[in-house]
Amino acid sequence: MAQYLVLLYEDEAGWQAGGPAAEAGLKAHKEFAQKHGDVLRGGNALQPTSTATTIRDGVVTDGPFAETKEALGGFYLIEADDLDQALAVAKDVPAPFGGVEVRPIMTFD
Amino acid sequence: MSAAAAAVADAHRREWARVLAATVRVTRDLDLAEECVQDAYARALTAWQDGVPANPAAWLTTTARRRALDELRRSATLRSKLPLLVEPAPAGEPSPFPDDRLRLVFTCCHPALAMEAQVALTLRLLCGLTTADVARAFLVPETTMAARLTRAKKKIAAARIPYRVPPPSELPHRVHAVLAVVHVLFTTGHTAATGPSLRRPDLVERALDLARMLRLLLPADADVAGLLALILLTDARRETRVGPDGRLLLLEEQDRARWDRSAITEGVALVREALRHRPPGRFALQAAIAAVHAEAPSWRETDWREIVALYDLLRDRWPSPVVELNRAVAVGLAEGPAVGLAALEPLGREPQLARYGYLAAARADFLRRLGRAEEARLAYQEALVLTDNDVERRFLAERLAGLA
Repeated sequence: MAQYLVLLYEDEAGWQAGGPAAEAGLKAHKEFAQKHGDVLRGGNALQPTSTATTIRDGVVTDGPFAETKEALGGFYLIEADDLDQALAVAKDVPAPFGGVEVRPIMTFD
Repeated sequence: MSAAAAAVADAHRREWARVLAATVRVTRDLDLAEECVQDAYARALTAWQDGVPANPAAWLTTTARRRALDELRRSATLRSKLPLLVEPAPAGEPSPFPDDRLRLVFTCCHPALAMEAQVALTLRLLCGLTTADVARAFLVPETTMAARLTRAKKKIAAARIPYRVPPPSELPHRVHAVLAVVHVLFTTGHTAATGPSLRRPDLVERALDLARMLRLLLPADADVAGLLALILLTDARRETRVGPDGRLLLLEEQDRARWDRSAITEGVALVREALRHRPPGRFALQAAIAAVHAEAPSWRETDWREIVALYDLLRDRWPSPVVELNRAVAVGLAEGPAVGLAALEPLGREPQLARYGYLAAARADFLRRLGRAEEARLAYQEALVLTDNDVERRFLAERLAGLA
């Protein structure tokens, strides 16, 4: 077994605007968590990038690490046998205002 | 070349993928498997001087696997901590040399790898080309290609891309990914993007070998049959595409008596089979169009209406500006250059075709046929700017010079 982090990159404006699209998105996340509860090891939604603080070379600045239209807005940690299985789960992750990135978790022994 | 060397070269061409795929099962590491298989071929050069074994692939696999086991024992602690995910073979497998080529195919052509990496891995691991040869095929420095291959292999191990044939539910779209790689190899070889010769026979032959292998391993797949048919029917014209003086010869001018009849017969039979699948796939339809040309006794007797009808089906199945362009050309041949020119007109606004020399060339040809020399001149000049293949450039320059 291996663990993968599914990173959700989306246009924050979509969620902030609320309305039926965002409501449907929230519902979809609940359904996703129910459907894949057996492989989910964790996950969270993040506050918007306007709340982010970046530290580079010890210098603290306001704002996210990189200014992009689609920002990291949340993640799921999942467990899977291989990439194919991880991708099958990741395809179900709702990301109505963007997409997701799947990254294998490094293991040290 | 000695008999042994010839037999080794032959086995390299025919059996590389099978031997490597069976060795990967033991090593669970692509690099070590490659090393051991290369070593087995080197040993065969000497060992086979006393006689070539009855089953060269079995000999090579045994030799490569023995070396692999030695290596694994010697350096048990040094080996990669990320072994490939090899699923056990189905129980009751009779042969000690399983045909794992399909696993290797699906690993090399995994959609999580960049297309250029998939193509490079396919040439390296399935066709057995050296890294230098793969680099030459794609006109990049050898160090660049070596880095590309290393990066792809690292991703296979680190992201755990499995070494297995996908389950039936995933198979159709995974087969499409594999066919896309073989198709890229073929089109790259059929008309080289740049350089002095029109065709790159080495790449065409590799694409044909791969398509034949897939046909053998997936005999019921209509898309595989369609792609093999497309390659056979298109490449059947290889001897006639360029004149003795190196000039590009259009379909219209080609000596059809010199088209490869056995390739056409085989291709046409495959098209019939592929078209029985409903709805027919993209490659089957493209092959059907090539089959109409292959079976027409002459350019004048070509059934352009049938070709337009096939392009209509292809357009539904696989909408793309390039299909629209080819369809417009066929419309012009069926109904005259004025209608063809009108069909090309909306394509000028397609961003995907903005740097596509064939659009300008097609427009130039219709304008020339209509006697609109000034406009034709501009269109030929535009096509020349967008074309880097020397043979094609010469053709366009001659047409330009021939305008009244």
